Amino acid sequence: MNVLDAVDSASLRSDIPNFRAGDELKVHVRVIEGSKSRIQVFQGVVIGRQGSGVRETFNIRKISYGVGVERIFPVHAPVIEKIELVRKGDVRRAKLYFLRDLRGKAAKIKEKRGGDDLAAAYSTTTTSILDEVKPVVAEATVEAVVENTDAQTTEA
Amino acid sequence: MINNTQSKGSAIKGIIGTKLGMTQVFDANNKVVPVTVVSAGPCVVTQVRTVEKDGYQAIQLAFGAIDPRKVSKPEAGHFAKAGVTPRKDVAELRTSNAAAYQVGQELRADVFAAGEIIDASGISLGKGSAGVMKRHNFSGFGAAHGVDRKHRTSGSIGNRTTPGRVFKGKRMMGRMGVEKVTVQNLSIHSVDPVANTILIKGAIPGAIGATVFIRSASKFAISETITKAGA
Repeated sequence: MNVLDAVDSASLRSDIPNFRAGDELKVHVRVIEGSKSRIQVFQGVVIGRQGSGVRETFNIRKISYGVGVERIFPVHAPVIEKIELVRKGDVRRAKLYFLRDLRGKAAKIKEKRGGDDLAAAYSTTTTSILDEVKPVVAEATVEAVVENTDAQTTEA
Repeated sequence: MINNTQSKGSAIKGIIGTKLGMTQVFDANNKVVPVTVVSAGPCVVTQVRTVEKDGYQAIQLAFGAIDPRKVSKPEAGHFAKAGVTPRKDVAELRTSNAAAYQVGQELRADVFAAGEIIDASGISLGKGSAGVMKRHNFSGFGAAHGVDRKHRTSGSIGNRTTPGRVFKGKRMMGRMGVEKVTVQNLSIHSVDPVANTILIKGAIPGAIGATVFIRSASKFAISETITKAGA
């Protein structure tokens, strides 16, 4: 696939923090309504990542008004204004689909403790956030919000 | 050699290239677009056909390097006449503005621009010996309801004493793929003149590394000609 790396490199983002399944993120999504653009924050737990390179996506889950909501974002999606790492989770699996069957306290993920890399993970995120704040007005002409990431409700 | 059949009468553009593979990019609306990357040309014009001499207007494009020892003498002479080194593939493009091209002229990816509608031709992947369901989209038989060892077969292939034979052209199993396939009305996502690549929205026939022929969409060109004639 090396031949296409040059094509892909244009789409790849370098400002995405390192995160894995179990981590809690705040995903700042740029929502365009008519001529106005605003930022919507989707905060939840990453329950999986799949794919690689420009095709990589992650699945993030939250409980909204008692209903589980999952959204799948491409990691390198331009609609993502920034990703904030809220806390690292202590999990032993790459896919946390079992969370869909759990409620309340049972669905809580322990925070990862200790390690030098942990402090580094949090600090790099915060700095990149400060760098990443861009004027939103420039995007106002773009007509519609298009995400290939349909929000899906998984339970009633 | 790719044989080209298409509508004439409009200023159709075309180029021969190599399919590099598929990937995805984000468009202006931040939407994911699946694209096929084609390394387009450089092609060279080896012949310009005119109404006076040939009875129709066309240009002949040649693409790809080849060992000069592998070229037959008539072909070598043809390339020598055009003043170019021998090429691997040759294709003819019927176009109404053939006079605008010169023999020896080089064509690159920038003959096309983003947003243009094109047809793409290539040699499809070989499927080997394939049954009627895969090869001809037959329905087969049910999985249950008493079907006995006949799930993916065709039905009857004919009658009885009259005619007493199977008609020619009866669709059966056999070798599938490795034939010229054209996908019509694809759009060009973007063109990179520096890397000499064209990004085409959607899939095009052929294996990675295969030669593909890209030209202005035939049906689009016809509708354009009709509109022009009516106006």
